[in-house]
Amino acid sequence: MYSRLYKLAVSLPPLFWVVLFLLVPYSLLFAHSFWTTEDGVIVHHWSLRQYSELFTNPLYLTVFFRSLRIAASVTILSLLLGLPLAYFLSFHAGPRKELLYQLVIVPLWVSYLVRGYAWKTILGTDGVLNGALQYLHITHEPVSALLYSPFAVVLMLTHIYTPFVFLPIYASLEHIPRPLLEASHDLGANPRSTFFRVILPLSLPGLLAGATFAFVLTLGDFLAPLLVGGPSGTMIANVVQSLFGAAYDWPLGAAISVFILFVTVGLLFFTERLEKRWTFQ
Amino acid sequence: MSAAASISPGAPLLQVRAVSKRFGEKEVLKTLSLDIAQGEFLTLLGESGSGKTTLLRLIAGFEQPTAGQIWMNGERLDTLPPYKRRVNTVFQQYALFPHLNVRENVAYGLRASSTAKPEIAPRVEAALAMVRMGDYANAKPTKLSGGQQQRVALARALVNRPQLLLLDEPLSALDANLRKEMQGELKSLQREVGITFLFVTHDQEEAMALSDRVALLKDGGLEQIASPREIYAQPATAYTAQFIGQTNVLRAVVRANIAECGALRFPVNAPDGSALFSLRPESIFLAADNPSLSDPVKFRATIRQQFFSGSTELLELHCGGSQLLRARIEARGPLSGEHEFIFSTTDAFQVKP
Amino acid sequence: MSAASTTARRPVLLTIYSALVFAFIYLPILILVIYSFNRDGVGGFPPRHFTINWYRQLTADSALWNSVLNSLYVAAGAVVVSLTLGLLAALALDRVDFPGKALFRRLVLLPLILPGIITGLSLLMFAVAAGLGRGLTAVFFGHGTALISVATTEIFAGLQKLDRRQEEASLDLGATPWRTFWLVTLPNLRLSLIAAGLLIFTLSMDEIAVTFFLIGSDNTLPQEIWGRLRRGITPEINAISTLILFVSIALITVWYRLRTRSEKHSS
Repeated sequence: MYSRLYKLAVSLPPLFWVVLFLLVPYSLLFAHSFWTTEDGVIVHHWSLRQYSELFTNPLYLTVFFRSLRIAASVTILSLLLGLPLAYFLSFHAGPRKELLYQLVIVPLWVSYLVRGYAWKTILGTDGVLNGALQYLHITHEPVSALLYSPFAVVLMLTHIYTPFVFLPIYASLEHIPRPLLEASHDLGANPRSTFFRVILPLSLPGLLAGATFAFVLTLGDFLAPLLVGGPSGTMIANVVQSLFGAAYDWPLGAAISVFILFVTVGLLFFTERLEKRWTFQ
Repeated sequence: MSAAASISPGAPLLQVRAVSKRFGEKEVLKTLSLDIAQGEFLTLLGESGSGKTTLLRLIAGFEQPTAGQIWMNGERLDTLPPYKRRVNTVFQQYALFPHLNVRENVAYGLRASSTAKPEIAPRVEAALAMVRMGDYANAKPTKLSGGQQQRVALARALVNRPQLLLLDEPLSALDANLRKEMQGELKSLQREVGITFLFVTHDQEEAMALSDRVALLKDGGLEQIASPREIYAQPATAYTAQFIGQTNVLRAVVRANIAECGALRFPVNAPDGSALFSLRPESIFLAADNPSLSDPVKFRATIRQQFFSGSTELLELHCGGSQLLRARIEARGPLSGEHEFIFSTTDAFQVKP
Repeated sequence: MSAASTTARRPVLLTIYSALVFAFIYLPILILVIYSFNRDGVGGFPPRHFTINWYRQLTADSALWNSVLNSLYVAAGAVVVSLTLGLLAALALDRVDFPGKALFRRLVLLPLILPGIITGLSLLMFAVAAGLGRGLTAVFFGHGTALISVATTEIFAGLQKLDRRQEEASLDLGATPWRTFWLVTLPNLRLSLIAAGLLIFTLSMDEIAVTFFLIGSDNTLPQEIWGRLRRGITPEINAISTLILFVSIALITVWYRLRTRSEKHSS
């Protein structure tokens, strides 16, 4: 039905564009990771020096593992918040389900910056939280450890990613045919048992998808640490950012970026496989 | 409740006492009462909207009655959640767990009720053997055909040895041949295990073939409950007569114990006034065939249409009045014109509107 | 205890917990909005004096409005780029079997699933290597490219709902494929295109990570706010944030209505 011209007209431009503006740039990043700098100039000398630097320098390793810990914390906390919420909405929300769903989605579209800024104003020594604590006479001095710490980064990013994690879990839960739950009850399993033996296994794909997203995006986040992380809350992406800024070492920055990219893509690939295995319908 | 229950009397297993169910504005069940005897195969028969599925779900525990009570074995049932009732359900779409294989599906109820581990495997094997699905124990439900899934669903329910098994139109998704085969299997299975079956269907032939008793539901009320033979031979109302098998509902006027309907005149024992009579097509014969009938009545009628169906012919007759009568006679080749017909007055009995 | 149907009983603990999660999601935003009206600035508790001064200050803030204009320029450019390429890509994915199709799909998704810094840096390297400068144009190319996948997904879904026979009827009646595209295909995709456009617009207006690396001397709105944050917190930022909040909500409501309307259309 479609002529050759039609087919070429629709497929060539996007293909061409994506190759030029995505494939080439990503490849450039990749290439840079094998080069080095000499006296502030990038030299196209191919080697694995940057990677060995990345893996042997304790500074980078420390920051990387901290980033992993933060990403894991955010993921776990988002799941702990998002899963019960999704379960509640899917099975117990009754007629207000649609409205509540929209209410959960709305924050997703509120600017990341706006939400991060909100936490900054809340957690500071002069912030709202400290003010409230003192007003209620729970504390007498401002607690300074709230802001500019890994804790603040985790808190902010959990806030950002909980709705993110909620979405695929909710979709998974909605897909579970209700007769299966009735069958489970009919056969003698109470609601708690039904949750662990039927609902949870069938919602695993959604859980995996949400968790992966939260983890991957947190791992590569450089804005949250700049807003609320302080020196103790720096993450690996901040290291990259400074290497492209003041510290001017593009090859090393590229190497770390490529490393993050591989971890990300690897994780996504792995969980995609798992999701396929654990999808039962 | 019909007094002519053909099951031996004794305390009934399940008692539905004046149960009503309302969904919003709509009243789906209206003060319905019903007893189910131990060991019987009872079918809830009715059109969609009759309330039969709702009643089943009330007994299973997925809905609660708006009014009334359900008792089982002398104890209140409707206050218990489904997972505490000794009742199991075979669902219309089977509802097999897609993430578990056949064996795990069947074992599900046993594990949920904390049956001793060593006991589970042999019981599961026995249940699968009973429905002839032993070879598929490791298969996943999505790989099975409809009929196979149905049998697994059956095994999954029966392995728990419930006191009452509920079957929600389990055969409606199967094609005709498989359906007939499964009907036979279900009936012999019920006899074999002796468990009380409550079967829901809209197919009256199925109900008649399988059941010890049939409960016909209409608009949320119990129209009639009786054994298949009884409900066929002595329908209480015009609706029952028309729903079960085929019948002619004669709108007659009675005067001095003679009922008149078009060209038909026959003696009856009824007060003067208008009345309804049911006369089944197979009760009408060609006079020329000279059947031996008690209290025969003859009438003349014109054959309007004729439908051949293998061993019989269905004739549409015009005999005065606005009604078309249907007669089912032995196959004999095309007929036409006016003929004389004959039937026995005992086959024409009065029904309530 | 009364009999439980699967959804009738409301578990108390779960309800409370869910309410708390909701509170966690909304409280920070609410606090932000409330303090934009607080005379004594951000922080401290409780907020005492109501004022709309901070909003008044905004109206005189020319640097801010310049950045808004820049953002609009970038977003508009991104919408054009994304929609055009996204439309073509969706058509291609739907109707053409070209080599590397699966790879294309994944490649186009990468900017959405990778952390923004990676895409930002890659585009920066490309811009430098190609001799194209940083600046607003680079930014809108970047956004446009990164958001193609958003357009593709939305339009592809719209194509699935399109009745192929309408196109066949058009061809049968003598229209060329080109005419058919303009008179039949495109109008049917109208809702998808608008919905996608809105989404891309919103995402572009809020984008920081990729923008961070491609921006020149002209700031987009998020960049402008970011810059001010480094200098210190003022309630003016609360005010502009609140405005952004309400505009986003409005846009997303419109998007959602369009979405549900297009679903009703097809059923």
